[in-house]
Amino acid sequence: MNILISNGRVIDPARRSDSVQNVYVAHGKIVALGSAPDGFHAERTIDASGLVVAPGFIDLAARLREPGFEYRATLESEMEAAMAGGVTSLAIPPDTDPTLDEPGLVEMLTYRAKKLNRAHIYPVGALTLGLKGERLSEMAELVEAGCVAFSQANVPIIDNTVLMRALQYAATFNFRVWLQPIAPFLGRGGNAHDGEMATRMGLAGIPVAAETIALYTYLELAKITDARLHITRLSSAAGLALIEQARADGMDVSCDVSINHVHLSDMDIGYFNPNCHLIPPLRSQRDREALSQGLAEGRINALCSDHTPVDDDGKQVPFSEAEPGATGLELLLPLTLKWAERAGVPLMDALARITSDPAKIIGITKAGHLSPGARADICVFDPHAHAIISRENLRSQGKNTPFLGLELPGKVRYTLVEGELMFDH
Amino acid sequence: MTELDAEALCQQLAAQMRPHVTPATALVGIYTGGLWLAERLHTELGITQPLGAIDVSFYRDDYASKGLHAKPQRTEITFNVDGAHVILVDDVLFTGRTTRAALNELFDFGRPGVVELAVLLDRGGRELPVAARYCAHTLAEPLPRSQNLELQRDEDGQLTFQLTQTPAVER
Amino acid sequence: MRNPQLNKHGELQHLLTLDGLPREIVTTILDTATPFAAVAEREVKKLPLMRGKSVFNLFFENSTRTRTTFEIAAKRLSADVVNLNINTSSAAKGESLLDTVDNLCAMHADMFVVRHAASGAPMLIAQHLQHTGRDDVRVINAGDGRHAHPTQGLLDMYTIRHFKHDFTNLTVAIVGDVLHSRVARSQIAALTTLGVPEVRVIGPRTLLPTEVEKLGVRVFHDMSEGLKGVDVVMMLRLQNERMNGALLPTPQEYYKIWGLTADKLTLAKPDAIVMHPGPMNRGVEIDSAVADGTQAVILPQVTFGIAVRMAVMSMLGSH
Repeated sequence: MNILISNGRVIDPARRSDSVQNVYVAHGKIVALGSAPDGFHAERTIDASGLVVAPGFIDLAARLREPGFEYRATLESEMEAAMAGGVTSLAIPPDTDPTLDEPGLVEMLTYRAKKLNRAHIYPVGALTLGLKGERLSEMAELVEAGCVAFSQANVPIIDNTVLMRALQYAATFNFRVWLQPIAPFLGRGGNAHDGEMATRMGLAGIPVAAETIALYTYLELAKITDARLHITRLSSAAGLALIEQARADGMDVSCDVSINHVHLSDMDIGYFNPNCHLIPPLRSQRDREALSQGLAEGRINALCSDHTPVDDDGKQVPFSEAEPGATGLELLLPLTLKWAERAGVPLMDALARITSDPAKIIGITKAGHLSPGARADICVFDPHAHAIISRENLRSQGKNTPFLGLELPGKVRYTLVEGELMFDH
Repeated sequence: MTELDAEALCQQLAAQMRPHVTPATALVGIYTGGLWLAERLHTELGITQPLGAIDVSFYRDDYASKGLHAKPQRTEITFNVDGAHVILVDDVLFTGRTTRAALNELFDFGRPGVVELAVLLDRGGRELPVAARYCAHTLAEPLPRSQNLELQRDEDGQLTFQLTQTPAVER
Repeated sequence: MRNPQLNKHGELQHLLTLDGLPREIVTTILDTATPFAAVAEREVKKLPLMRGKSVFNLFFENSTRTRTTFEIAAKRLSADVVNLNINTSSAAKGESLLDTVDNLCAMHADMFVVRHAASGAPMLIAQHLQHTGRDDVRVINAGDGRHAHPTQGLLDMYTIRHFKHDFTNLTVAIVGDVLHSRVARSQIAALTTLGVPEVRVIGPRTLLPTEVEKLGVRVFHDMSEGLKGVDVVMMLRLQNERMNGALLPTPQEYYKIWGLTADKLTLAKPDAIVMHPGPMNRGVEIDSAVADGTQAVILPQVTFGIAVRMAVMSMLGSH
């Protein structure tokens, strides 16, 4: 279908362009900006006056809970959530059941997602079989099946020999390895940042050192193996400082942070709010400010939803017994805008953290920008509209988020995937 | 109502009681006004048994709806209640509910031989079958429920009656 | 977000923690407990206050002692008491905590006394009751994880007030495993709320939680220094499972350095009192000579505990 998106404020962080103009879409691609190409006849016109037209968002971590956890969420429900959130590309962590360590499984998942014809999925394969940290997965085969990188999700490898071999093997093919900095033993059994709040509430603490020790290990091993390392879900100022030190020493390492961790601190646990039980734990306000600042300056490369639907059975239990995680796909844009507002970040830079920057980390070239010829993955949103986050309004099957009841800016009006209008509100 | 002379009534009450007091007689005052009065009578009548004090907070029948009194006082009865001649002392007799509560509490200390009731003033409005053996004054007309009549004690220990328009405390 | 233990008028609705509880409420509870203490000396040790009310002792963690004191308190208030010991350690996944609560509410429970291994469990129940519109059901925390044991904290305050009369000129030392102790957290909250100018914690670094000084205490690792000139010594129980391993090498070494002996006690003020929440490990955290000595007030603590629990139950039990 030929679609004209007219009079919108087109922001394309990849080209650093921000102007009111028309966008012409045909055959699944952006065919022109500004004036219509010869013979273009719009079958549908979207009036985007007063709205922002941006590349569809790219989320570095969205758990769709398939296979294995369909009672918490299904591909269908979470894809609807992605469309409502303007998320057109998402990376899937390998901690499904079974884990994403089998090429056949990855093919099946990709096939199911394609059939649904919603967001593009980018599976992240398991670095080791079953995430057990013992045997390497068939990385080359997995990449052929569609994996874009390898990770351990939030299951650390205990044996550093295995970790080093995994990094070496991935580096053989120049595959990306995404690692979440979690020390295998330190902080085990903990469920909150080890600080005044945890002490006061009698929660077992996870010290910052659990993150930094893992980072020291990862960075050191990446240095000697030449692995392409991306660090996921940073939680502390000290962790960020280590990454910057490694960069200063000449290492090419990227990192991301979740929407929860740039907005919240351990204080937000309040009266044992199980929705604030997350991995990594929410840390101190000082850490949150450092992460927010780091993201603003691009020292943290991307912002992700870390979407983890957890059903009520998993949350309506005491804090320490609650399953960690929060729903996030539909909050990615509102919380990006809220963060930009609070940290004084220009809209262009804020959008870069959820479009062009994560595109680079996954290795997406066809999307994440609005150049003519690009895949027409587009989000049209109203930056000034506000909405209250409520269980009823969330399309995801996961209704649990620390932001329930809060009013946040940004409403997605239209989501286009490969030139098809998939969401219209 | 303020023309009621509490001090004079006190003397009258003592006079009523005097002929009936024996060395075995014990007085138990009900917090707060009744206890002041009982302290007076204890001296006046030369009672030898130690003075008892009851706070009926734990026995009130309106606990379920009104909750616990802010600061309940310690009930203290040190004489042997079993077989004793006890005179309960209260300042104002109203519904009779306080007396009922005090009786219940008294019986948790033992089985008294005889229990009598002495009050300074009967304001009418009884809701329970309770009558005072000794009573210095009975109002001709019952006081409206919306009015509260209470004994006060100043720094010199002088007793006076105070009438307020607050909802009546059930007595 | 509203403190879940207070109603919208700021009155006590549940007793979940002493942290953040206003001083006036703490004082009122202590004042109310005084006349209840006298009831124990009577011929008939029973008051009619909670006649017809059903109190459910919901113990997800075994504790015969605490359960018994709550049971006695409720029975002295004439309530009907039902004891439920629910073993959660079994691997088989049973009924969820909130399902249990819903079921007991359907049996017209008026009050839950909850002991749970997870910090915050009683608060979860209180919030659930509020969300489901059962504002008339009360919750008393009888110890949750490492979080709080408010009635223990209150009975300790009652004991201190009984022997020391005033809080505002005291130095109090809490000795031992503060890290895992809900009792210590409630004690610290109550002592600081009541205006004790110096609260000390004494113990090895492995048994003191991170940033404990932010709770308003002075940290000591040396027993002799920490005990110097204190008015009150509050010993904590050292759980068996902490004695040998990565937290402490052996109970013998612990006793040698942090065990309270008559010798070490001489460093405190001559009239200092010694407290312990029980059950004691004689020869581990406390020497028998001290536990049975003239300065120990450990048995009065138990007696006062019943009066304090009666006071709390009767303050919550009305409305």
